[in-house]
Amino acid sequence: MFIVIVGAGRVGSAVARSALAAGHEVSVLDEDPLSHERLDAGQRDSWEEEGGLFTVGTALETEALVEAGIERAEVFIASTDGDNTNLIISQIAQKRFGVQKVIVRVMDPARAAWYRQQGLHTISPAEYAIASFEQALEVEHV
Amino acid sequence: MYVIVVGAGKVGRNLGRELISKGHEVTLIESDRGRYLAMEEDFEHAVQYGDGTELWVLERAGIQRADLVIAVTGDDEDNMLVCQVAKAKYLCERIIARVNNPRNHDHFKLLGIQPAVSATDLILRLIEHEVPRYGLVHLLALEEERLEIIELEVSADAPVIGVKVSEISLPEGSLIISVLRDGSGFVPKGDTVIQAGDEVLLVLDPGLEEAITAYFAPNGTRAGA
Repeated sequence: MFIVIVGAGRVGSAVARSALAAGHEVSVLDEDPLSHERLDAGQRDSWEEEGGLFTVGTALETEALVEAGIERAEVFIASTDGDNTNLIISQIAQKRFGVQKVIVRVMDPARAAWYRQQGLHTISPAEYAIASFEQALEVEHV
Repeated sequence: MYVIVVGAGKVGRNLGRELISKGHEVTLIESDRGRYLAMEEDFEHAVQYGDGTELWVLERAGIQRADLVIAVTGDDEDNMLVCQVAKAKYLCERIIARVNNPRNHDHFKLLGIQPAVSATDLILRLIEHEVPRYGLVHLLALEEERLEIIELEVSADAPVIGVKVSEISLPEGSLIISVLRDGSGFVPKGDTVIQAGDEVLLVLDPGLEEAITAYFAPNGTRAGA
């Protein structure tokens, strides 16, 4: 599959690397050229040598999205550190470029829930953290 | 009318003040603590502290009963999100969004967020429409309706001087709607006679500017000059 990932922070870069290792074609878009180093960190070969693609830019710039290959993307992952940015760019990927599968990181559980109802595949790290804490509390109480 | 304004920077603050002075009920939402505190004295309960893209903050401000939501933060994604949520989740009838970067205009359109207002675009439009050599000023362009309202000063050599309005055969698609003379304006009747120095307001189909100018200011003095 051809996957475009916007935002190569901790989550984005880890997902990018595992997707590449799983044999997918992966293109990463991030406004910070330094985030490229996160993709390389601890690896024997560089991100490009492994076959990964990297573009510097923001996802609101149509040219940057096109350069990153969105027109042939089968999967679009929005994982910048901005909830609103992720929600907007994923709708652009869906509505303007017709990407089939769009996955959005939304920290705020309330916004994640509402946009999930609207048909976006949202993942809220905070929801997982809350559930984990609640579970840990229960275990200790037993 | 109950209006929620998200973002209390220069635009939001002044908008809020104007709306309040016109008798509207207004809540400004500002996420910067310092800015909020500085405004609180002035606006009292009309300003609330919080991130206006958080649903509970919007609900606390009473978005369910808002007649109009205006998003004027410095961040286009935030403005788009606020308006999208206001319209689709809270069924707010009217929204207005500010576009910071004119290149994002298409994104607002794509997500159905209209009207989206960009200061840069407004100024550019003024510059594009300013046609000094004709003495013609664009007052309003109704793009969707494909109409324009212009103002022209009647120059001393204009062929229409001394002619009754009913006898001026203007091109199809144009109409004199008002005449400004000696500091006051009136709607002309058929027997109103055009004088040099009159300022004439016309409504017309776009593209007729040049033809119209030939009637009122053939050699192009500037309106108001």
